[in-house]
Amino acid sequence: MSHKTVCELRDLTYVYPGEAAGDSASPRPALRGVSLSIREGEWLALLGANGSGKSTLAKHLNALLVPSQGECIVYGLDAADEKNACAIRSSVAMVFQNPENQIVGTVVEEDTAFGPENQGAPSGEIVRRVEKALGDAGLLAKRKKPTYTLSGGEKQRLAVAGALAMDTPCLVLDEPTAMLDPQGRSELLDVLEKLHRSGKTIVYITHRLEEIVRCDRAVILHEGAVAWEGPVTALFLSDLPLKDWGIDAPPLFSLWRDMKSESRPVPPIPTVASMADALCL
Amino acid sequence: MKFFNHMTFGQYVPAESPVHGLDPRCKILVVLVILTGIFMAKHPAVFAAWGVLLAGLTLAARLPTKLVLGSAKPVLILALFTASIHIFFTKGEPLFSLGIINITSEGLVLALYMGLRLIFLVLFASFLTLTTRPMELADGLERLFSPFARFGFPAHELAMMMTIALRFIPTLLDETDRIMKAQLARGASFDRGGLWKRLKAFIPVLIPLFVIVFQRAEDLAVAMEARNYRGGAGRTRMNPLRWRGADTAALILVPLAVFILVYADRSLA
Repeated sequence: MSHKTVCELRDLTYVYPGEAAGDSASPRPALRGVSLSIREGEWLALLGANGSGKSTLAKHLNALLVPSQGECIVYGLDAADEKNACAIRSSVAMVFQNPENQIVGTVVEEDTAFGPENQGAPSGEIVRRVEKALGDAGLLAKRKKPTYTLSGGEKQRLAVAGALAMDTPCLVLDEPTAMLDPQGRSELLDVLEKLHRSGKTIVYITHRLEEIVRCDRAVILHEGAVAWEGPVTALFLSDLPLKDWGIDAPPLFSLWRDMKSESRPVPPIPTVASMADALCL
Repeated sequence: MKFFNHMTFGQYVPAESPVHGLDPRCKILVVLVILTGIFMAKHPAVFAAWGVLLAGLTLAARLPTKLVLGSAKPVLILALFTASIHIFFTKGEPLFSLGIINITSEGLVLALYMGLRLIFLVLFASFLTLTTRPMELADGLERLFSPFARFGFPAHELAMMMTIALRFIPTLLDETDRIMKAQLARGASFDRGGLWKRLKAFIPVLIPLFVIVFQRAEDLAVAMEARNYRGGAGRTRMNPLRWRGADTAALILVPLAVFILVYADRSLA
């Protein structure tokens, strides 16, 4: 894996306009002095409780928000400069929490084509990209189906396909599994793992600890500031005050820690399969 | 139980047919000509001929007849209302009287024609949306209106608004359904009491629905911006519109048929 920087956040502070214009003498910033580097090809997990600033940070990576203070450099471009917005969005695609609110087209392939059409790609190129994106998201067989006939998991994979069709090297997903059942969640994570292996940089926002086991690195946000940053394995090993940061440790994770403290053999990362193997040993 | 059915508002039905394959610009123009023709219809035989034309088009489009006819359901009440106004308020030779209201033979005929006209208008208009993908329809409208764009007419914006509106019909029907069920679970009643009471029962449905619509609109705008949407400038198409020989043929033959029908109507009248 190379270590070229994709996004560089330097002392980034963001205050929502409503908050800044309010009566309060000291408006509460959604992000406070966040400094962070996202490296090319990594799968970064952005963790935090509701209101910790995860989505606000994600929107900076796509130039949907511009910093109130500090800098946000995406692929060498300053996100604060409106002229760079289009180029940044052609480098960083974004998937939001509710798939229903990001589907524009009435037919699967039409919706997937929306991004490349906005980018002004030629017709043949759009067809090629749409086919590849739908193939990667496992939706090729449903390309001609009306979007309202898809299941929740399929709709979210369609949103991912729409972002993939933009052919960007980086993908930011803002709690994409929030509205999905366990089956849909697992399908989506499988798609992301495949994309990660193909070299795509992925920023994955969640508050579920069990979803980040496949990620390389984790950043925990608490009240708009970076509370912890490090490799996912280190997150599992460290004795962090996760409860104080509003993150619930899943039972599997607690079991893994208990077994480790009792010096019993444990897998490097607590997945259901690896823990089942460890317990059967 | 579902309060609403997805297929009631002329949603696109995918099929491999000569009608589906036509250029949306051709279909829009042809439907406009047909609608104008229907407005002029006055003779029963001509109304029957319009029915035959609709049946022929349904067959050519390989659409189920039930589905095509079902698209008139939402306007049945309006058609009945229009017809009854003509029954009660048209002057002429009275057939019988109800107090101060005279029912005339002219009124009955006019009521029948107005009702039929309205139903045919909806049937042919929804035929367009049943056989054309909303994105194609929007592209077609945008291209047809593009000459006016130089005078400041928002052709692209209107087309995009229409696409999004059509895209969100099933979502909002689902949403309304969900809200109504939630209100029912809390003791609301939508089918009891007089008209005023029933209308009032819908207020607790409409308020959350409006809130949801505005939230969705906001989220959708952000998602569209994230996907590099900047209006119509510089936007390309996956399937650019292509005018073929079949489009020219349809644009000549259907208006010709409409002209013959209108001419026959005038001669018979």
